[in-house]
Amino acid sequence: MSATTLGTAHARHIARRHSLHRQRQWALWGSYAALTVFVVIFLAPPFYTVMTSLKSSAEISAEQGNPWIVHHPTLANFWYLITYPNFQTYYLNSAIVTVLTVVISMTISVLAAFSLARMGFWGSQTLSTSVFLTYLVPPSLLFLPLFQIVGWIHLINSYWCLVLLYPTLAVPFCTWIMIGYFSSIPKELDEAALIDGAGYLQILWKIFIPVAMPGIIAATIFAFTVAWGQFLYPLAYLYTSNQMVLTVGIVSDLIRGDVFQWGKIMAANLLASLPPIIIYACLMDYYVAGLTAGATKG
Amino acid sequence: MADGTSIPIGVMPPARSAARGGRSTMKRLAQQRSTTAFLLCLPLILLVAAFVVYPAFYAIYLSLLNKKMTGFVGLGNFAFLLKRHTFQLVIFQSCLFAVTAVVFKALLGFILAHLMHNLAGKNQRIWRGLLLVPWVIPLALSTLTWWWMFDPSYSAFNWILNALGFQSVPWLGVGWIARVCTITVNIWFGTPFFMIMYLAALKSVPEQLYEAAAIDGAGPIQKLFFVTLPMMRNIIAITVLFSLIVTFADFDIVRILTSGGPQDMTHVFATYAFQIGIQSGDIPLGAADSLFMFPILAFAAFFVLRGVTQRTKEIAA
Repeated sequence: MSATTLGTAHARHIARRHSLHRQRQWALWGSYAALTVFVVIFLAPPFYTVMTSLKSSAEISAEQGNPWIVHHPTLANFWYLITYPNFQTYYLNSAIVTVLTVVISMTISVLAAFSLARMGFWGSQTLSTSVFLTYLVPPSLLFLPLFQIVGWIHLINSYWCLVLLYPTLAVPFCTWIMIGYFSSIPKELDEAALIDGAGYLQILWKIFIPVAMPGIIAATIFAFTVAWGQFLYPLAYLYTSNQMVLTVGIVSDLIRGDVFQWGKIMAANLLASLPPIIIYACLMDYYVAGLTAGATKG
Repeated sequence: MADGTSIPIGVMPPARSAARGGRSTMKRLAQQRSTTAFLLCLPLILLVAAFVVYPAFYAIYLSLLNKKMTGFVGLGNFAFLLKRHTFQLVIFQSCLFAVTAVVFKALLGFILAHLMHNLAGKNQRIWRGLLLVPWVIPLALSTLTWWWMFDPSYSAFNWILNALGFQSVPWLGVGWIARVCTITVNIWFGTPFFMIMYLAALKSVPEQLYEAAAIDGAGPIQKLFFVTLPMMRNIIAITVLFSLIVTFADFDIVRILTSGGPQDMTHVFATYAFQIGIQSGDIPLGAADSLFMFPILAFAAFFVLRGVTQRTKEIAA
């Protein structure tokens, strides 16, 4: 009698576990199915970019057949752009502006974050808070007064004004994440170094920067993203093609009046998106960790 | 006993003087330390003062001038803008754009984070990487692709509609459709950001809470409302408010897709400021237009800051 009840209880238990397992399995397949739909929708524009970039102008203007598929793939658009002096200039300008922005922003924010996280002075708490508030100031709020200021220092239509202005967009957030990473380093580490006679800059250079490397990578990627993709400032302050960066160069150079060279625009689009995509593909985990630990952007 | 007293006597005075000397060197060290600390922050302070704080005050001054910047008009620019029909459209469209886009981004991001949370570690990374692509491509560039897809004659979308037997739609040519298009592009771009924020928050909810809820007989919906949402409340608030700021101040999408048209129906504050400030050369009026964004931004910023401080305390506790 008791053996049979035990037996059925056991069987019921197994059945329940089985159904739970099956439920999980269904949830998993359901998730995959739903995610596939989302991925198809979300990746449709990049896919269309790739397809269009492989089409010849003749194929685009013929307006025949399915536009989502390329019928006679050609690399002519890419070749045109690679050998097109203006496009080379935009790419080079973008690279110069971005590298300088990243270096300047990281120097300023690492020094400030070290000071704010570890050393402190009168008003440093207020300064940390205002750094965060500065991060919440969008570029479109101040671009007109900045237009005047850039004019005063004679940098209108020179990409050097971007080198000067982009750090204001990158530094607050970089400082903010670096403060977070530096604060998480145990105090004993720098106290020990202080006792051993190390100076503050030595401590920063030899201990904090190596230990907080994931944070530094995250902040660097952020500064890179801002500098590479900003659109409003270069559109407002630059107007000749020898000074333009990629984002405005593509829009203003390849669109002339009503003539849209869509194949070339899409190929340029793809070439310009390549550096961020490669960087994110390699270092996404650091960036996501830094972003979700520190604060927010999007 | 004698030894016992003599030793302290012999030791104490130098010790005390060392302590006194130590205190003054300590003080000097502390002073030196705070000077160094201040110097390390100086580049940051100068940068922010020169290119954020000063322009902010200068913007207020500018907005009080006339077009040629030769005389004061007081609040004339603000009054002029408020009376203009186009500007009323701008206010309406900016709010519609920001609120609708943020609501959809938050909802879709939440759904995606939950779906993603079901997957195992390695698969999750790949799917997350795929879904992050819209957010990784510079917005100005991906908006160009959307523009091409919205093309009225031979566009990606109209081809699908025609293949399914529907009429072509003039996507960016009709006011309300164009509004929906700009919002769609923003949702497409911003959803991945919500997804990763929520996914990180979901991961931080302790599994025991769900087990306890399951033992108490909670179904999936109850778990969502009584475990997940309360645990994620702070992150959701920060992300939504933050995104509200960024979306409200968005420039790229509207500028590239429609430049504010048709009939100024898609203009937002940023694109309108660009049009009157840079293209028409009326910088004071444009500055006044930008400043209209300020109250809403300040309101959101206040709550973001409060949320972030709360969260820092929670993590520290």
